[in-house]
Amino acid sequence: MIATAPQAKVYGMAAEFPTVAALYHAAEQIRDAGFKRWDVYTPFPVHGMDEAMGLGKSWLSAVVLCGGITGLLIAVVLEGYPSLIEYQTVVHGKPTDWTTVPAFVPIFFELTILCSAFTTVFALMVMSQLPRWNHPMFNWERFSRVGDNGFFLAIEARDPKFSEEKTRALLESIGGNHVTLVHDI
Amino acid sequence: MDTSLDPQMAVRKTPLVANERSMDWVTEKVSNIVESRTPIWWWLAFMVTSPVACFGLFCIAYQISTGVGVWGENHPVGWAWDITNFVFWIGIGHAGTLISAILFLTRQKWRTSINRASEAMTLFAVICAAIFPGIHVGRVWMAWFLAPVPWYEGVWPNFRSPLLWDVFAVSTYFTVSVLFWYTGLVPDLATLRDRTTSRVKKFFFTLFALGWRGSNRNWRHYEMAYLILAGISTPLVLSVHSVVSFDFATSVIPGWHATIFPPYFVAGAIFGGFAMVLTILIPARILYPQLKDLITPQHIDRMCKIILLTGSIVGYAYTMEFFIAWYGGNPYEQWLFLRNRLADPILFTKILHWAPYPAPYWWAYWSMITCNVLAPQVFWFKKNRYNLWVVFIIVNFVNMGMWFERFVIIVTSLANDFMPSMWHLYHPTWVEIGTFVGTFGIFLSLFLLFIRFLPMIAMSEIKIVLPESDPHRVAPGAHAGTEAHSPQL
Repeated sequence: MIATAPQAKVYGMAAEFPTVAALYHAAEQIRDAGFKRWDVYTPFPVHGMDEAMGLGKSWLSAVVLCGGITGLLIAVVLEGYPSLIEYQTVVHGKPTDWTTVPAFVPIFFELTILCSAFTTVFALMVMSQLPRWNHPMFNWERFSRVGDNGFFLAIEARDPKFSEEKTRALLESIGGNHVTLVHDI
Repeated sequence: MDTSLDPQMAVRKTPLVANERSMDWVTEKVSNIVESRTPIWWWLAFMVTSPVACFGLFCIAYQISTGVGVWGENHPVGWAWDITNFVFWIGIGHAGTLISAILFLTRQKWRTSINRASEAMTLFAVICAAIFPGIHVGRVWMAWFLAPVPWYEGVWPNFRSPLLWDVFAVSTYFTVSVLFWYTGLVPDLATLRDRTTSRVKKFFFTLFALGWRGSNRNWRHYEMAYLILAGISTPLVLSVHSVVSFDFATSVIPGWHATIFPPYFVAGAIFGGFAMVLTILIPARILYPQLKDLITPQHIDRMCKIILLTGSIVGYAYTMEFFIAWYGGNPYEQWLFLRNRLADPILFTKILHWAPYPAPYWWAYWSMITCNVLAPQVFWFKKNRYNLWVVFIIVNFVNMGMWFERFVIIVTSLANDFMPSMWHLYHPTWVEIGTFVGTFGIFLSLFLLFIRFLPMIAMSEIKIVLPESDPHRVAPGAHAGTEAHSPQL
């Protein structure tokens, strides 16, 4: 089966699996076979799939920590510089010295959260290489069920171990159905 | 299966999705709400809510163009319905974030059926809330004074003021809620994108789904992002109503100057928020019968338990306020609580003789107690938690009671202040009433639009609690790890 015009560049070899358990075990075997450029596609995050694929912990949290610290520093400067140094506003005769720093804490907190949240979302997009308008996998008509109940595995053609015959045989031997060559446009 | 023979089966819990529905069923039924023709009831409902919303906007326009004097506020009652409505709406928003963040961190899997709709409700409630501090300043075109910029004569805003904290807290809350909600929506938008046949819809879903394709290399970061958003939203949701309560607690007004305010406000917000979630989801569940397997009586039962818990915390806070007023020995505080809130025409005046005449707002105070403390106590009984009529009536009592709570706190403390010559009872004008009613129109109109255009149930999340989503599932009825993986008894 061929998803697109034969002259188009080959993106990879994809297979569909009947259940999440079948996909999970297939992923373990592809991992053990030593493939590097491959992915599984599921309607929901599958528990334990990161280990089955041999992926480590996402380091998105480290980026968010930097974002949060940036937010805190912005708040420290935003509040501290005008209120303690540049323009000390006396309100109700209350002090304006460093002992009033606890009154700055709520905004320290809020800006830390705000910057962390923005960093989380933008880091998610950068690390997932999103947004994008299209993807070769969308050329395969069966793939439209990925948001419903379809479980797919695709090995990219640029993986050094990729070969049309052997990869097809491998995917079929580990229980993949509808093994298809997916083309790039 | 005969559960009496298998001791393991006997302790299994009811599944979160009833009738052993499949993933395809979930996708089909949830997407259908968006994809099918607009039902007649939707148009009828929208025909009611949108004129109400427009009337609210008219009242706001009238108030801005004429001046804040069209409201009934005057010295000493400088805050009344405006801030009451602000606190009321911002409180309602809290249930959404509690469900999406705190219940996520505590691994309450039942949240997956209700989190999307509740998060949407949060956003719309915060939009309604944000209207009031904006317009109550009178000169709306100067609202930018709230921003931390020295543009007015080089003067910076006072960063030590709780009112400025509030600006940061509410705007951060809204922004983070939008980000959290949208992050959760992306996989479901991708599902709708893959299903739709309309070119226009395909364009918009493709745009907003960001090219999501369920890749596990993306899910890995997505799950971490979701966990972090839940982690930072948890202290955020607790901080927002705490900061709102600081607007009152840091002042010297009797009835406001209380250290119990932050936890009391947060509990009240969750209480009122869950009441609003149920107020909306119970009719939604009847109008879209396919939701009955997703939002099961079990979900309603658990929400009722949270209402009972938080309602009792609120009841405790009311009691403790009185205790501290008495124990603290401040005569102004004591006077305020007894003579301005508590003294009803019969018990405290005629029988106990603690007050020579009834408190001017005794009816508001006792409405609050009845609706917030007494009414939810019926949820001690399982029979009541499973009776939708009882639940619907009680949660509407809670909605009313939470509005009265803010009215009691704000208006009774201000109306009779330190100087008797200034005493002045507050009465709302039609403009204030119209604006408040209008915010309900805005809220409900936005919610109706939401359920027409976006998936109101988080499909990708609810699939996780289905038994078939477990890669280590052995066979139906065999050993399964979590509550969601067990078959129905």
